[in-house]
Amino acid sequence: MSAMVVAVDVNKYFGPFHALQNVSLEISHGEVLCIIGPSGSGKSTLLRCVNQLERIDSGAIWVDDELVGFRQEGNKLYELTDAEISRQRLASGMVFQRFNLFAHMTVLENIVEGPVIVQKRAKSSVIPEAMALLERVGLADKKDAYPSELSGGQQQRIAIARALAMQPKLMLFDEPTSALDPELVGDVLSVMRDLATSGMTMIVVTHELGFAREVAHRVVFMDRGRIVETGTPHDILSSPKEKRTQDFIAAVLS
Amino acid sequence: MANIEHTVSVPPAKYSIAHLKHQPRRHYGRWLAAALIILALAMIVKAFAQGQIAWPVVGQFFTAPAILAGLWNTILMTICAMALGLVLGVVFAIMIMSPNPVLKYVAVFYIWFFRGTPLLLQLLLWFNLALIFPTLGIPGLFEMRTVDFMTPFMATLLGLGINQGAYTAEVVRGGILSVDNGQIEAAKVIGMTRLTMLRRIVLPQAMRVIIPPVGNEVISMVKLTSVASVIQYAEILRNAQAVYYANNRVMELLIVSAIWYLAVVTILSIGQHLLEKHYSKSLGRRTGKRTEPAAAEGV
Repeated sequence: MSAMVVAVDVNKYFGPFHALQNVSLEISHGEVLCIIGPSGSGKSTLLRCVNQLERIDSGAIWVDDELVGFRQEGNKLYELTDAEISRQRLASGMVFQRFNLFAHMTVLENIVEGPVIVQKRAKSSVIPEAMALLERVGLADKKDAYPSELSGGQQQRIAIARALAMQPKLMLFDEPTSALDPELVGDVLSVMRDLATSGMTMIVVTHELGFAREVAHRVVFMDRGRIVETGTPHDILSSPKEKRTQDFIAAVLS
Repeated sequence: MANIEHTVSVPPAKYSIAHLKHQPRRHYGRWLAAALIILALAMIVKAFAQGQIAWPVVGQFFTAPAILAGLWNTILMTICAMALGLVLGVVFAIMIMSPNPVLKYVAVFYIWFFRGTPLLLQLLLWFNLALIFPTLGIPGLFEMRTVDFMTPFMATLLGLGINQGAYTAEVVRGGILSVDNGQIEAAKVIGMTRLTMLRRIVLPQAMRVIIPPVGNEVISMVKLTSVASVIQYAEILRNAQAVYYANNRVMELLIVSAIWYLAVVTILSIGQHLLEKHYSKSLGRRTGKRTEPAAAEGV
């Protein structure tokens, strides 16, 4: 099975802060990978490097065998133009912690915006697809609502539908349930569970250890900009080898 | 709370007045203030009625061709100068936020210069440009005499429009900064380029913040055009002056002008109110609270 995402020796600095330290990672087609770790560990930064919301300072990332953000010429890597970066971003869909639905658009307008404006597809073929996606996340009746009229859980499910409307090869989730009231988390997780079952490649940064245990094929534990431990959900969550992982799991479960 | 009977120690008789009728307080102070103001107003009205104003002359010149031509020029200049100001404002707002230091500092200088000097002085500078540049053009391509190009209309348009651009740039920049960074990231991850993002996501949301101050500036612009009378632009005030130099009816013609300015501004105020209502309807739902003050502040 070929790799969907490969990261090799990725380093990222924010000023003097070394946010990612020689991070290497490989994710296969159809794999669901959960990244866990304390805040400030670099897990969100790693995710944001995959779709170039952050620029890496050294190392290299490939998405579906395409080098991300650079073009190789001889023994140098040249930075791509904005237009090329925008095109590369189409490979992945992203769901944010704070939903970030377009506030001035209705639910349906949010979903068709990308396919119609960016991918230049005909509105007449996009709208039925968008409705099918709304059906899938259980919110077809909200198509004409504005984001501010919806609960956080509903907004996040719309955000997932918006990302899927671009027909990405890979879905990135950046703490998708962290900003939700506890009773709304279940609906969002169930949409994500369905998506995993459908064979979508997913990278999920999350604090939901239950979700990781149930859905992930593999779990990565990060701390202070490094990958500390990688393994099956059972390995990492039930019998972690590293002391830092043990402490983190104990702290989250307590 | 549930066992309130046990805590009440005063005899029930004290509460037997609860059925009595409530009498509203009398606001004597308000009556007094209103009476004084009405008295003052009556005196002002009386003064004007007895003053040496030939009201028939006001009526006669209200729709005189010179006045109506001036009114049209005032409206035309307001539209043209405001349009130029908005275009420049958006361009310079984007420049000032650019990572390119040359673009950024050129925009900073533009705003600094045109906000830092009086409008009247700027109008005189444009109008007298021929003193330092006798000809204008691109060498070898085309050339024309500055005095032919810099008519009162052009000098006023450049003066008002470029000056307005400096103010609008700050307003637009504030509007763009008010858009949440998450909106920009969401636009990026669905593959939008910078220009598409600006057009589809950022500017429509910035509008809610930009519209109220720009509405006020349109209203200011109507009145600012009167400054152009000093460089012979034939707007309403200059034409009114031309008339009263001939017939000596100074106050009458100033009153005619004032009524026309008030009429135009009143219509614009209503338009501004409707526009704000429209934008708070489609954009404001995000947070009902945040739009209320913006809408109420207006006009």
